[in-house]
Amino acid sequence: MKEISILVGGKAGDGIRQAGHVIARILNRIGYRIFFYDDYPSLIRGGHNFSIIRASEKRIIAHKETVDVIVALNQDAVDNHKHRLNAGGIILYDSKKADAEGIGLDFMNIVKEFDGKPIMRNTAAIGALAGALNIEWSVLEKVIKDAVEHEIDLNLKIAKHAYDRIENPSKSVPKLDQKALPLVSGNEAIALGAVKAGLNMYIAYPMTPASAILHYLAAHENELGVVTVHPESEIGVALMALGAAYAGARTMVGTSGGGFALMTEALSLAGQGELPMVIVEAQRPGPSTGVPTYTMQGDLAFVVHAGHGDILRVVLAPGDAEEAFYTAGLAMNLAWKFQIPAFVLSDKHLSESIFSFEADLDKVKPEKPLLWNNQGEYKRYLDTQNGISPLAFPGNPAAIVKATSYEHDENGITTEEAEAISRMQRKRLRKRKTIEDELEKYETVNVYGNPDSKTVLLCWGSTKGACIEVAEALDLKVVQPLILEPLPVNALKKALSGADKIIDVEVNATGQLAKLISGHGICIDDMILRFDARPFTVDVLLDNVKEVLS
Amino acid sequence: MTTIKELDTYAQNTWCPGCGNFGILASIKKALADLEDDGLDLNKVAIVSGIGCHAKIVDYINVNSFYSIHGRVPPPMTGIKLANPDLTVIGHAGDGDAYGEGIEHLIFSAKRNIDMTFIVHNNRVYGLTTGQFTPTSPPGFKGRSTPKGSPEEPLNPIELMLSSGATFVARGYTKNMKHLQSLIKAAINHKGFSFIDVLQPCFTFFNTYDFYNERVYEFSSKDHDVSDRKAAFVKAGEWAYGEGEKIPIGIFYQVKKPTYEEKLLGGRIPVQLKPGDIRPVLEKHI
Repeated sequence: MKEISILVGGKAGDGIRQAGHVIARILNRIGYRIFFYDDYPSLIRGGHNFSIIRASEKRIIAHKETVDVIVALNQDAVDNHKHRLNAGGIILYDSKKADAEGIGLDFMNIVKEFDGKPIMRNTAAIGALAGALNIEWSVLEKVIKDAVEHEIDLNLKIAKHAYDRIENPSKSVPKLDQKALPLVSGNEAIALGAVKAGLNMYIAYPMTPASAILHYLAAHENELGVVTVHPESEIGVALMALGAAYAGARTMVGTSGGGFALMTEALSLAGQGELPMVIVEAQRPGPSTGVPTYTMQGDLAFVVHAGHGDILRVVLAPGDAEEAFYTAGLAMNLAWKFQIPAFVLSDKHLSESIFSFEADLDKVKPEKPLLWNNQGEYKRYLDTQNGISPLAFPGNPAAIVKATSYEHDENGITTEEAEAISRMQRKRLRKRKTIEDELEKYETVNVYGNPDSKTVLLCWGSTKGACIEVAEALDLKVVQPLILEPLPVNALKKALSGADKIIDVEVNATGQLAKLISGHGICIDDMILRFDARPFTVDVLLDNVKEVLS
Repeated sequence: MTTIKELDTYAQNTWCPGCGNFGILASIKKALADLEDDGLDLNKVAIVSGIGCHAKIVDYINVNSFYSIHGRVPPPMTGIKLANPDLTVIGHAGDGDAYGEGIEHLIFSAKRNIDMTFIVHNNRVYGLTTGQFTPTSPPGFKGRSTPKGSPEEPLNPIELMLSSGATFVARGYTKNMKHLQSLIKAAINHKGFSFIDVLQPCFTFFNTYDFYNERVYEFSSKDHDVSDRKAAFVKAGEWAYGEGEKIPIGIFYQVKKPTYEEKLLGGRIPVQLKPGDIRPVLEKHI
């Protein structure tokens, strides 16, 4: 298999992620499928940042611990990562800033020759890398023109100079006969999926790793037909979203665990008031501030159970960019069809990693909710057979629309009468069956690897990438529930039937999925948990699984 | 034409006899009926309330409403206004809602100058939780959580709103109903964030009728320049929500400024937006 992994490392402020992007785009344009992992501490200048670009001729959605090339902008990048180098691997380094065995070039000197800015060392590094990998200059030239926003000519000169300084390429990365694909992060895929399902407003307070959804939609507001709002707090965010939904706008909010904690009172209001809302919860390691820029799957139990009172919700857990796109669209449609909160449960590893994106765009469309037919007297909470009351919005000349946090009668007027209360509780909860019936239409549990294997790797969300490759290597089966609430119990039991050994693989400390499904009588045999705030890489998980199987 | 009677609902009113909320209810209904005569479409009105005695008001008025949660009156109002700026959005909040639990939202609403009207039912006591001090209770207030007297100084919400950027700042009193009606109408007609602090006695837990009747006086633009921010602060300083000789009611400040929704939306109406084509956007990702 044609494949290469490249690590770019330096300190924050060196433009590591941008350099990684450009390298990913170069490899994308010569036909490779990309997975891009970004690792950075929570600071703006200094520290150590690195990105791993894995490029392969086949679709990949995970990275490996080992790499073939290290591009080092400082000594840390050499010292922290040289153990990762595969046999025959090379280190390309800034000879003024680092010492290593490999190819050293004085990047700063090249930048100075052209009167460039210090950050343009990354451009010199990219030029040298392209030279070392024997990539045609024209590919690099085109990518720089498309990717760099300022001083394109200067960047081109620096890159070309560094490119020419490499006399003998160390490796050859051949051009493949495959179409280049859009490179899309999990966050961008979520944004685009929601837009495709008719998103009108995105409301969010900045919080890593969800902030990029806000940035992306704000930057593309006009093209995408969306209004973005950045309010005073996550409390404001969630309540504004409910007000907007009441007025008829399809609305999404996005945050991480700490921000979602502040939204839980609004979640209960969405439950009582039957107000649609889509919540993106991009997890990061907790408890509390935890490790802000790293990854964890530690909020599953929180999201499934959050809110006071009996609340219906849907929790969707995508594991790659295509699923992020589809589930964001599905969440929007389900939220409006059933007038409930719907979650897209992501994590840093999905939200901020970048994938070669090959979704069927037409699979996601805005589906019409049940709208009032404008006949007779409008009752916002009409008690119906399937629990769904027709929607009308303020401004409708024939309707008075009363939404409320209080227990209420069909018109939305407060009630404290015993019979009326139990009737409305039943009406709302009746929708659970309606939702479960609707979900039957969808693939709720994914199966990968060898479907006949008696050994199953059970996972959810972003962990699926590493699991799939490990399963392929060891001829195992992977089972990934895509919907975690309401849990598709039958589909999950069917996917797991015949298994002798179920190994639960999660990036959290307690095995939250295992705990969740045990409540439905599904028991696992072994657990592989990682909770050092890093995602599973293919090779680390391979070793872990072998150990469990030995 | 809608009569005041037609603005009633079948909900049984559960306020205590003598409650100041009745004055606000009557005033808002009269204001809405009058404004309808002037061309306001009542189907395009949405009222929002928080939690507390005041909040029941949404059950008693037959217009679109959103019964929110404690402290969270401005955020749903903001969401409604931004989603559909054609709507007239009116908020009712208690002093616990507005100045306690949800003060950040109030400050930000004023700071943004979003076009909506915010009416605070300020009885200076927690009524529905049976008598504790609020952010505007007088110093030394003896409530059930402060039997030895409140150790806090009261907030002056008029000064707070002037500092925060509200473009319409007024105070009313529930007994002066005609005056209150005119304040509410002026507030709704004002394009920008309109704030009215309404002094509302709580007959059961903090009966301030006599106190206000002796001190409240109406002022108008004849003796006060509403565009003068400095003068507004001076007027606001006449009473600090404690003791005091005189309590001015009227419009302290009113100026015209661009509104939040005008600036944020630039004419777009989110509920009418159609999703854009994502394909050209995706092309740029290659």
